[in-house]
Amino acid sequence: MMPLTPIIITNQLTTVLANVEVLHDISLQIPQACWTSVIGPNGAGKSTLLKVIAGLLPDHNQVLINGQTKNEIKPQIRARKIAWLGQNETISDDLLVYDLVMLGRLPHQAWMSNASQADHHAVQHALALTNTAGLGERPVNELSGGECQRVLIARALAVEAEILLLDEPLSNLDPPHQADMIKLIRTLTASGTTVISVLHDITFALQAEQMIIIKNGTLIYQGATNEVQTHTQIEAAFEQRIKIYPLEGAWVSLPHYPINPLEK
Amino acid sequence: MVQQHFQHSQIQRLTYVVIILTLVLFLLGMSVGSTGFTMIWPPSSDSSVLQIMWDIRLPRTLAAWLAGALLGLAGAIAQGLFRNPLADPYLLGSASGATLGVALSLVMLSTTLFTENWLQRLGITSIAFIGALAGVVITVILARGFQHTFRLLLAGVIVGVILAAISSFFAIMHPEILPVMQAFMLGTTSFAGWSACLLMSVVLIACCLVAWSLSKALDALTLGELTAISLGLRLNFARGILIVVLALATGAAVSQVGLIAFVGLAAPHLVRSLIKVVHRTLLIYSTLIGGILLLGADILARALIAPQELPVGLLTAILGGSYLLWLMHAGQNRAK
Repeated sequence: MMPLTPIIITNQLTTVLANVEVLHDISLQIPQACWTSVIGPNGAGKSTLLKVIAGLLPDHNQVLINGQTKNEIKPQIRARKIAWLGQNETISDDLLVYDLVMLGRLPHQAWMSNASQADHHAVQHALALTNTAGLGERPVNELSGGECQRVLIARALAVEAEILLLDEPLSNLDPPHQADMIKLIRTLTASGTTVISVLHDITFALQAEQMIIIKNGTLIYQGATNEVQTHTQIEAAFEQRIKIYPLEGAWVSLPHYPINPLEK
Repeated sequence: MVQQHFQHSQIQRLTYVVIILTLVLFLLGMSVGSTGFTMIWPPSSDSSVLQIMWDIRLPRTLAAWLAGALLGLAGAIAQGLFRNPLADPYLLGSASGATLGVALSLVMLSTTLFTENWLQRLGITSIAFIGALAGVVITVILARGFQHTFRLLLAGVIVGVILAAISSFFAIMHPEILPVMQAFMLGTTSFAGWSACLLMSVVLIACCLVAWSLSKALDALTLGELTAISLGLRLNFARGILIVVLALATGAAVSQVGLIAFVGLAAPHLVRSLIKVVHRTLLIYSTLIGGILLLGADILARALIAPQELPVGLLTAILGGSYLLWLMHAGQNRAK
């Protein structure tokens, strides 16, 4: 069942990196204004899929954004539509937080132009959303891991893109900030933003509306996170080493031992 | 807007310091020389003193500042481009390429670095520039791109050694260029006259304008290459142009004043330790501080053992090396 309009479509997407086929024949439809999480075992190709959708790796015109291939949109226009936050991207630490978040406005700025009033508003809004407004004047090298992650999320939000691609956005965040981030993603999707996130924590991934399961570069399953079939597929993808349980209206994933070690 | 005034006062303070230091150093540069200290005010009535001031000391002072500025700019570009705060314009094969270019041009044009002949100066600079560009391009090709810093630095060292060996071979085959080449390798502003100043001014203005116009690409690169591409930048185009600017700035400086160590590395470092700014500002202050560093070192080189003088390259190597040692020490303390 897919009542929602797809904003991203991949048609038999195959990606080869350094002579190795990393993604095989992936056909997907990602609904608009919806939070889709991508899960799968380590090395499944989750981050690669996100990069291909972001236009950072060759897609041989097999990825359509709003019905258009990469070649049909100017890079700057595309950059306004899609914001990508990578995992473990090393950043140089010689910038102030405010200046770093302002880099998210580059797709909106003309060559050599100064930041406009709209740019400043967008940056301040992004800092406020990620609870980093107080860090604006701090150099990036003075931030903790969690603060730095929130600032990087703010940089991605500052793009004000209609599609937000987040690779492990919750890494380095403590539980209160993880909860804030989930709330923020829901607010964003409610206002029309499409969010796709790669998450290794299945419990957090189950907070999304839609789920994509990838294993060994192949699409295993796509469906709503609240469906029983999705849970069965997740457990199968992780070789029955996790189990999904209902808890207070949500779903949690816990490790599952084939033989209970306590009974030994 | 509060954010726009983040470091406003710090930048303002730095601007005052830069202006005052530059003025003081220019006045000192005109006053200090092998004939001793001459007060610039009141103007001397002795025409030979005036001639020394205007035809030797002033162009030399200006040339030291311009070469330092070019190296400071090249250093800031190299460090941004290669995302490595230790990238020195010299480490990437440009200096050894420029040296080879100078050796070749001295042989081909049968000239010396003292020439005031326009065409010959332009010839030396052009060939030095081509050498610098070739050095960087070979380094980047050997390193298979810009991404792997260690590979890039290793490739730069290899290219440097090989090109230096070829320069030495030329010098041995043409012993008449040996003394000039030795002075050149130690770095000296004593060759520089008004024509060198004009040449470096034109190159500096052009390089500053182009680098400044591409400063956003350098900023975006601080977030990583993929993020920069995701922001819609034509990264390869910007990189290509910036490498040309880097090679031109280094080639122009090296061809006029020889191998001056550490200015290109230290100037952007110094700026970053004082203010945290985007590249648009960093490039300007690295240029200005590079000029101050080399001019200051040049005046010291002239004054320390006057009437003899030290090659300024020796002095910048000692001062720059000490600065790096201090930086390492400070870094270790911070890590503890």
